[in-house]
Amino acid sequence: MYITIRDRPAKLKPQAGPKARVAGTVVLLGVVSLLTDVSSEMVTAVLPLYLTAELGLGLLAYGLVDGLYQGVSALVRIFGGYLNDRTSRPKWVAAAGYGISALSRVALIPAHGFAAITGVITADRLGKGFRTAPRDALIADASDPAVLGRAFGVHRTLDTIGAALGPLAAFTLLLLVPGGYSSVFVASFAFGLLGVSVLVLFVPDRRTSGGGLAAKRLFAELLGPRLRRPLLAAGVLGLFTVSDGFLYLSLQHSGDFAARWFPLMYVGTNLVYLTCAIPLGRLADRVGRARAFLGGHLALLLTYLVAGGSDGGLVATLVALGLLGAYYAATDGVLPALISKRVPAAARGSGIAAAQTVVVLARFVVSLAFAGLWEMTGPRSALQLAGAALVVGIGVAGWLLKGIER
Amino acid sequence: MSPRVKLVAFAAVLLLSVGGTVFFVLRTRQEQARAVAAAPPVPVADPAAVSARPHLVFRSTAIGDDYGKVALAPLADPGGPRAFTPVSCDRVYAHRDEAVCMSSEPGFVTTYRAAVLDADWRVRRDLPLAGVPSRTRLSPDGAWAATTTFVSGHAYSSPGDFSTETLLTPLSGGKTLNLETDFTLYVAGRRNTARDRNLWGVTFAADGDHFYATAASGDKTWLVRGSLRTRELTALREDAECPSLSPDGTRLAFKTRDGQPEGQWLIAVHDLATGRSTPLAEKHSVDDQIEWLDDDRVLYGLPRSGSGPSASDVWVVPADGTGSPRLFVPDAWSPAVVR
Repeated sequence: MYITIRDRPAKLKPQAGPKARVAGTVVLLGVVSLLTDVSSEMVTAVLPLYLTAELGLGLLAYGLVDGLYQGVSALVRIFGGYLNDRTSRPKWVAAAGYGISALSRVALIPAHGFAAITGVITADRLGKGFRTAPRDALIADASDPAVLGRAFGVHRTLDTIGAALGPLAAFTLLLLVPGGYSSVFVASFAFGLLGVSVLVLFVPDRRTSGGGLAAKRLFAELLGPRLRRPLLAAGVLGLFTVSDGFLYLSLQHSGDFAARWFPLMYVGTNLVYLTCAIPLGRLADRVGRARAFLGGHLALLLTYLVAGGSDGGLVATLVALGLLGAYYAATDGVLPALISKRVPAAARGSGIAAAQTVVVLARFVVSLAFAGLWEMTGPRSALQLAGAALVVGIGVAGWLLKGIER
Repeated sequence: MSPRVKLVAFAAVLLLSVGGTVFFVLRTRQEQARAVAAAPPVPVADPAAVSARPHLVFRSTAIGDDYGKVALAPLADPGGPRAFTPVSCDRVYAHRDEAVCMSSEPGFVTTYRAAVLDADWRVRRDLPLAGVPSRTRLSPDGAWAATTTFVSGHAYSSPGDFSTETLLTPLSGGKTLNLETDFTLYVAGRRNTARDRNLWGVTFAADGDHFYATAASGDKTWLVRGSLRTRELTALREDAECPSLSPDGTRLAFKTRDGQPEGQWLIAVHDLATGRSTPLAEKHSVDDQIEWLDDDRVLYGLPRSGSGPSASDVWVVPADGTGSPRLFVPDAWSPAVVR
């Protein structure tokens, strides 16, 4: 057995269990994420309008910038995890990631050309990919293993509140200062700066283990038998997960209501996500994280069936969005909680990063394949087929994750 | 650092960032107010008088209360007084007595709208629209409206796959057609089913059946001719975007990458009879759907950098590659000629 929790926080009572409190560090990291998400979602929300209406950049230019958003983050994620475990100073690796993103906001003000904006956005995404794994490792490290699901739930709730507030802040500013994109970038930088300073000033600098693992040991740890099955399960489920973009598109084409309020859809999903993240995290601690993870995918399966099996309309759209939010609440924070227990603290950053990267890559591969299916058979049949495939995926993952909590 | 020092440090950062932001926002507002006050008053004309003669319909970007409103200017004196309409549009296209307007409605969550307007600029009907406005056109007989928007899926963990959506809506009623899903694309005689296919920038022919548009897949773009009757799109040439058919129907003006760096385009004219293309005299990068002033000259918008919010002008250049570009209407965007 590995001893996964070293440096147990002094605040925590030794009598761990469902009653144990979520560590202060986790709440602080949640606040850091909240502020940073306000900062980044402010920019994301106005970016399409800024690029097209303000700078007059065209269709392809926008597509390229949008594509960058997707690609860069996954690439550096593993590197962030690796650096975390090599240095075993998660706070400073994460701080570097948050810092890069915050600085990139100011750079948007003078950046008017296409190349400059591309560079700034790449830097922002680099920062995001970089910080995710060390931050999650820090949460796992500061938390009592018995309430890890809840701890991640608390963090993801705060994070998502930030993501919901960001666009509100941005558009309020644009109402105050019509066309004032610079004001949005300045405010975004201010929020980013606050996030970094909370991290640097208040989050304790915990060393996760002695001196950091050698690269070779780290690699062996990732491929070891304890991680193999959860990584495979996450990969298999990722392979049957259709990108949200397609879900939204299929709902959008289902009626005039959905078309008009398309931009509101992801806000709805986020609201459900943030309200369910903590309760589902607690549930995961009680019934087992693997079960909650699989249950989340059942919600996803239902989403496919509702989106692919109905004629759309208000009720179907709302039900589908609610289910999608529940899926995120039951999986996004639960996966790192599940992985954290399977790796020694010294390799935690890499382990979490590996799991998240596996999911992202699997989804990327499947989104290409699913697009083809979508084109050939139409949205409804494609979603129904994806649902059927997901049933198989849940079965396989269930078998892989059997008994994994012991 | 002691907890006290840390709290003081945080208070300093908080004060600095909040104070700095408030200062910047107030200063920007002040500057805007000053710019509005200092801006030379825009000479205003009477809408009825302007619309009685051939005129240009455009989005006015002159600083002031009417920023973003659709305006009209007589072709005889395009730089002179302009007449404002009550509507605001990001992109506008117009015929006599009919216009299509694409707008974004800022709010807590920005929504987008496209509508067909009547002679009094009142909404006659809404068009389906799901994303950031990009291009719009009406067919010469007024039977069809085309809109292109950017649509991006809002995925939580993998921000959306980018795509464009181009819709053709019959204005007398009937099913809206989607260029991507309701038409088949042929490139060099072979059916193209690429998954990353995108279509945008429609211009209609006068025969009530044909239209031209841009198709893209991978890093290639094609000029395509489409037919409403057969629901087919056929590639005519590579590397041509946002076509615009001349009034006599013989040539297409378009923008082309032509070896330019990413995000930069030159403009040219393609002769449909000979298949030959002529680059135009404009050397700046043009990212707009061109509009024909008459059979010999074309209009297009150019952003004007470094002078306030979203400044742009409409320029004119001969369509045969000779001459040099000339300012046509200052502080204008999205021109449409009403003859």
